[in-house]
Amino acid sequence: MKFAVIVFPGSNCDKDMYYAVKNELGEEAEYVFHDETSLDRFDAVLLPGGFSYGDYLRSGAIAQFSPVMEAVKKAAAAGKPVLGVCNGFQVLLEAGLLPGAMRRNKGLKFICKPVTLRTEENATMFTSEYKQGEMITVPVAHGDGNYYCSDEDYRILKENGRIVFTYTDDLNGSKANIAGILNESGNVLGMMPHPERAVDTLLGSADGLPLFRSIVANWRETHAVHR
Amino acid sequence: MTYDIQVFVTLKEGVLDPQGNAVQTSLTRLGYDGVQNVRIGKKMDIRMESEPEKVESDVREMCEKLLANPVIEDYEYTIEEALSV
Repeated sequence: MKFAVIVFPGSNCDKDMYYAVKNELGEEAEYVFHDETSLDRFDAVLLPGGFSYGDYLRSGAIAQFSPVMEAVKKAAAAGKPVLGVCNGFQVLLEAGLLPGAMRRNKGLKFICKPVTLRTEENATMFTSEYKQGEMITVPVAHGDGNYYCSDEDYRILKENGRIVFTYTDDLNGSKANIAGILNESGNVLGMMPHPERAVDTLLGSADGLPLFRSIVANWRETHAVHR
Repeated sequence: MTYDIQVFVTLKEGVLDPQGNAVQTSLTRLGYDGVQNVRIGKKMDIRMESEPEKVESDVREMCEKLLANPVIEDYEYTIEEALSV
């Protein structure tokens, strides 16, 4: 399985993402720069964390108009798995691939620490290797992670099992402690915590690895070669 | 024609403004007991070439596409012919 790791000017978790896929998962990964226009050769797309374009104006606001984002939208529409972590999540929100918006953390502080997440939904292509309700430890590192959406959007997310991860307490002011959400068709996941930084016990936790394993397992299932 | 445009972007009513709250607390601590609410926004000064019939639609489009995030922000603008070019 071949993963694209998108690199914007200011991305800084691209190498972690690449390492997680290549070294821990044992799949193929390739960096794709912001000015490229095709992702046709990839099976999945990863948008890493960082501060794309300095996060000027709003986090993710300028990145949404990078040439590569048209290709990301095309990949999403084609049903390929698209995972946006931290700044990648913010870019997906700004680009309209996921509903809602990010505000400054409620306490104004940049929060950088391991947090406990609850797996709210394991019937997704990103979480099938977790148990329903499984508690996992994954680090967060963000200043603008205070998720907001309208009550109507929240109802739609909730009723359709699109709230995938939640914090166990009020970390940053996010509506309903939301940490990660899915798009309507279930192939685009945005999350503030960093699963790519939790792929080996040496890093303090390997709880992020099943997320990547889920992507591969589900992809194999639909692309299995029957002889 | 050259225009001077001011765009004001503010958080929608009801959207929490942590920065505004922090500044409000600080003002109160400075002794300004009368301060009841602080909301922080952005002002952008833009100079651009355009035509009278399209300048406003351009500005509105710029606000919708990039300058404001309609999910959480409102925008206002003023458009004036530039005095000195």
